[in-house]
Amino acid sequence: MGFFKLSARDALLMVIFAAAVLLAPIWLKPFGAAYPDLLQKFAIFGLFAIGFNILFGLTGYLSFGHAAFLGIGSYTAVWSFKLLSMNVIPAVIFGTLTAGLLAVLIGFVSLRRTGIYFSILTLAFAQMCYNLAYSVLTPITNGETGLRVLRDDPMVLDRAVGVIQEGSPIGDFFGWQMQGFPAFYFCAAMLIIGFYVSLRIFRSPFGLKLRAIKSNQTRMRYTGFNTRPYLLLAFVISGMYAGMAGTLMVVTDPLAGAERMQWTASGEVVLMTILGGVGTLLGPILGAVLIKYFENIFSAFNTDVLHDVFSFMPDWLENFFVTIVHPFVGEGWHLTLGTLFMVIVIFLPGGLVEGFNRLFQRRKKKASSEAAGSRVATGGEKQATAEN
Amino acid sequence: MTKTTITRRGVLKSSAALGLAGAAPMIFVRKAQAFVNDPGDAGSVTLGFNVPQTGAYADEGADELRAYQLAVKHLNGEGDGGMLNTMQPSNLKGNGILGKKVEFTTGDTQTKSDAARASAKRMIEKDGAIMITGGSSSGVAIAVQSLCQEAGVIFMAGLTHSNDTTGKDRRKYGFRHFFNTEMSGAALGPVLESSFGNDRTAYHLTADYTWGWSQEGSIKKYTEALGWQTNAAVRTPLGAGDFSQYITPVLNSGADVLVLNHYGKDMVNSLTQAVQFGLRDKQVNGKDFQIVVPLFSRLMAQGAGENIKGIYGSTNWNWSLQDAGSQAFVKSFGAEYGNPPSQAAHTCYVQTLLYANAVETAGTFDPCGVIEALEGFKFDGMGNGPTEYRAADHQCFKDVLVVQGKENPASQFDLLEVVQVTPRAQVEYSPTMEGYEGDLGTCAA
Amino acid sequence: MDAIFLQILNGLDKGGAYALIALGLTLVFGTLGVVNFAHGALFMLGAFCAVTFQKLLTLSKQVKDESITFFDAYKEIPYLEIWLGDTGAAIIDWAVPLSIFMAIPVMLVIGLIMERGLIQYFYKRSHAEQILVTFGLAIVLQEIVKSFFGANPIPTPAPDIIAGSANVGAWFGLGDSVVYPYWRMIYLVFALIVIGSVFAFLQFTTFGMVVRAGMADRETVTLLGIDVERRFTIVFGIAAIVAGLAGVMYTPILPPDYHIGMDFLVLSFVVVVVGGMGSLPGAVAAGFLLGILQSFASMNEIKSIFPGIDQIIIYLVAVVVLLVRPRGLMGRKGVMED
Repeated sequence: MGFFKLSARDALLMVIFAAAVLLAPIWLKPFGAAYPDLLQKFAIFGLFAIGFNILFGLTGYLSFGHAAFLGIGSYTAVWSFKLLSMNVIPAVIFGTLTAGLLAVLIGFVSLRRTGIYFSILTLAFAQMCYNLAYSVLTPITNGETGLRVLRDDPMVLDRAVGVIQEGSPIGDFFGWQMQGFPAFYFCAAMLIIGFYVSLRIFRSPFGLKLRAIKSNQTRMRYTGFNTRPYLLLAFVISGMYAGMAGTLMVVTDPLAGAERMQWTASGEVVLMTILGGVGTLLGPILGAVLIKYFENIFSAFNTDVLHDVFSFMPDWLENFFVTIVHPFVGEGWHLTLGTLFMVIVIFLPGGLVEGFNRLFQRRKKKASSEAAGSRVATGGEKQATAEN
Repeated sequence: MTKTTITRRGVLKSSAALGLAGAAPMIFVRKAQAFVNDPGDAGSVTLGFNVPQTGAYADEGADELRAYQLAVKHLNGEGDGGMLNTMQPSNLKGNGILGKKVEFTTGDTQTKSDAARASAKRMIEKDGAIMITGGSSSGVAIAVQSLCQEAGVIFMAGLTHSNDTTGKDRRKYGFRHFFNTEMSGAALGPVLESSFGNDRTAYHLTADYTWGWSQEGSIKKYTEALGWQTNAAVRTPLGAGDFSQYITPVLNSGADVLVLNHYGKDMVNSLTQAVQFGLRDKQVNGKDFQIVVPLFSRLMAQGAGENIKGIYGSTNWNWSLQDAGSQAFVKSFGAEYGNPPSQAAHTCYVQTLLYANAVETAGTFDPCGVIEALEGFKFDGMGNGPTEYRAADHQCFKDVLVVQGKENPASQFDLLEVVQVTPRAQVEYSPTMEGYEGDLGTCAA
Repeated sequence: MDAIFLQILNGLDKGGAYALIALGLTLVFGTLGVVNFAHGALFMLGAFCAVTFQKLLTLSKQVKDESITFFDAYKEIPYLEIWLGDTGAAIIDWAVPLSIFMAIPVMLVIGLIMERGLIQYFYKRSHAEQILVTFGLAIVLQEIVKSFFGANPIPTPAPDIIAGSANVGAWFGLGDSVVYPYWRMIYLVFALIVIGSVFAFLQFTTFGMVVRAGMADRETVTLLGIDVERRFTIVFGIAAIVAGLAGVMYTPILPPDYHIGMDFLVLSFVVVVVGGMGSLPGAVAAGFLLGILQSFASMNEIKSIFPGIDQIIIYLVAVVVLLVRPRGLMGRKGVMED
């Protein structure tokens, strides 16, 4: 107890995490990633992955349709901008709530099944949302073009207080315009809150119950324990995280497109989580950062940039390296991503965080033969995660 | 609204300050420049080439990128100069733009609005791009165009065919050289009339998204004006792959023309399958059954192989044109890359030159000046005959090509035959025509 | 009536394709317990076997095209035509069906390499890790194919003589407008033959018996001293062949590009799960069910009542089936349920 009801160790983790996020514009500079848009994406997808991990990491239920919540969060946020106000607070609240509502519906139906049957149910719902949003629901979603905020939208609340939009509408947080670094810090604040909530859930009796469901649901049921409400709650919380991530995408950039709901988007968050480490606190964020980094930075390397990078070498060596590296960057960034997935999962089982953990523990074991055998397996891992 | 601009140094300073101040993100560097990404005294200027590098349009994107790189070369005075030599009037000197060497940054749109905007933002925020160009779909073009309006950066659209790009979604900072569905319809109408007559019944298969609808609307409008009937207009899901279940109903619908409002892979698949179902060998109402593909792309047509032979469509430009501009471009492109440019490559190349020329004319990189120079700009020698950038909607008006799949191609690139060059007057429409009205907005500075 | 008959025929054809694609996936699920996200990539590789074979046959002598002066353009005259004349042209015409003979050994080798080199290490790992590694593999395979063949679809026509449509209506005494492409009918027959052979193989051979026993209870079979592992390797090879053949035969219907496998991935998973995990007959039944329903949902009459139904029908059916039958049509208890 103490600081925000966290144990001393968690409080330290929280502080370090918050500091790392807030100082990201500085320490990401050497990686070429310290520009607002990418930082925003890191925070937003980090939040998305944290939320996904609450469901997948704790309960083991693999949803393949989380993009639906991201999408509906986005659409709701744009509509909130259009109808009510450019202030981001209503957008975030409504977006998160509608996503939660959709999650109740989808979760209630899908959670009747387990394993891959559950995955396909969620996938089916998300794909239906996507296909309809792209075509039949165009009056609401504006289809392929994407839903945008226009100057002559009603914005009832804004007009009531006499705020008239000039130029292109931009999200607004009580006078601070939500673009560039202010927008990043808004997302970062949400990420930190989201991380805190996730930490609390991981440490709570509720989290423990979820983990118990993961390890053996049948046993839980036999003891007369009704798992469904807990699962549904986890599903809805996770859906609301996704919804909030969706609204943040709109807050930083007032536009919502249907492809946000496609199965590839659902798959992306699954990959992020697995890549970083399922069921670990920090893993999903790491995974999200890594994938978004590749998508934005590696895809931008063209031959000219490569020649710049290797220009310190003699010409023939420079050309040699450019030829070697070229297939992996620019239009080949997918190749790097695919290779990365394979390498990480082969050499670091359990994802980045788990993998590092094991390496770290093995070394520790060598140093002192103090085995951590007395610890409960999962609990031990979770503790170790927190240390990272 | 006040525009807040961020310099790289400013970013560093403000972020350092922010980092120290923790969660008090209120410090901001203001008005460091007159406009976004002002190159100032720098010796070079950066353009942002945002093209699809992955996904179904990757080859088209690669061709666009080749065209951009060629344009940069020519602007910097390397190579044979290409259309720099044929463009009229031209202020281009072949010494960069306003004496600054042209550099570029590239990005992958993935043919997704979100990815395209993220990529464009990276170019603006990180790489200091003064202009963004590219794209291979209307959804992406419209999304990036409105982003550029917000950011205060010029957007020179690449391949985008939907009316909306310069119709209801037109923007002050956005310019389109490519033609649109309205022009396709207006150009195709007379050719369809002379080839197939006035008594026809059309069946539309339409990609179920905004571009598809736009094209379906335009073709309907012009064919119905000829006296054609529209039997049905069926929407098909994007990327359906197998279109058989949509083609079978055509067989006994009583229609004698099938209009495929599909593009890219969808077009390749639906056309291949329609031919497989024997539609082209069919006789309906005593007439030969016909297929029309209103928007052709040579790169994609390659995928359909034999099936495009004899099929009518429209295109923005084709490399077989004999005017000086086209020849100069094809020559330098062919010499550089060993194959002729696609229409996507052409429009991207031209857009880059037009932007550079506008900057030279305006004497400044300030977008407002550039916009002024582009609006109403009349030019020639760029492959499409006399062309005008209409000020009211930033749409280029020029002749439109009606093409037909060639029966006896001389080489693997020789797929399309130009059957008619529809004069500009015939495809021109009012910028305030119903369904096309839009609001350009203003130049912010 | 004609329209309904056509849609049934078309549904069967689609169903055949779906079933064929799902078959290999469910084989791997059922025997190895591996969620193979690279299955679509195997389909794609099969399709590109056809493309490669066609390219090999059309290896051409390049003749400078003098009509183009701006750059070096070449007319291509295939060596086969130069050497064998019309016979050569005929062989090229039959490239796609002939490529089956190349695809079978190639796909078998690819399957075995994949299983021995990668998949075997993932039997005991979590499904999540299987997904990640096979998805990564799928992307890598895709990108390699893209770097060789580009991103555009490549035309791979059926032989001329069966490129058109048959007047099916005349066979059944229906209207003139009931025509159906020969190649699609061939595809349906081909799918049925392949499916039948796989079933027969599992049902009537000792090898198949062991595999089925292994699917049902791996531990006991291993305890009996039977090397299940090695047999499963071969099963993976068979699954790769089936997926590859499905790809080869699909090329005249859909000109292949490097992304074609990914486009089928989600669909094949839906088919397999609707059929029920670990059930081969289930996968086949689900394939036909979804194919026929999709065909009907696309009819204008139905679309006018439920707009957009053709966009979601597959998923809607999946939801309904899974809610009514907890383990899909014919799924076994306990397979992939945790």
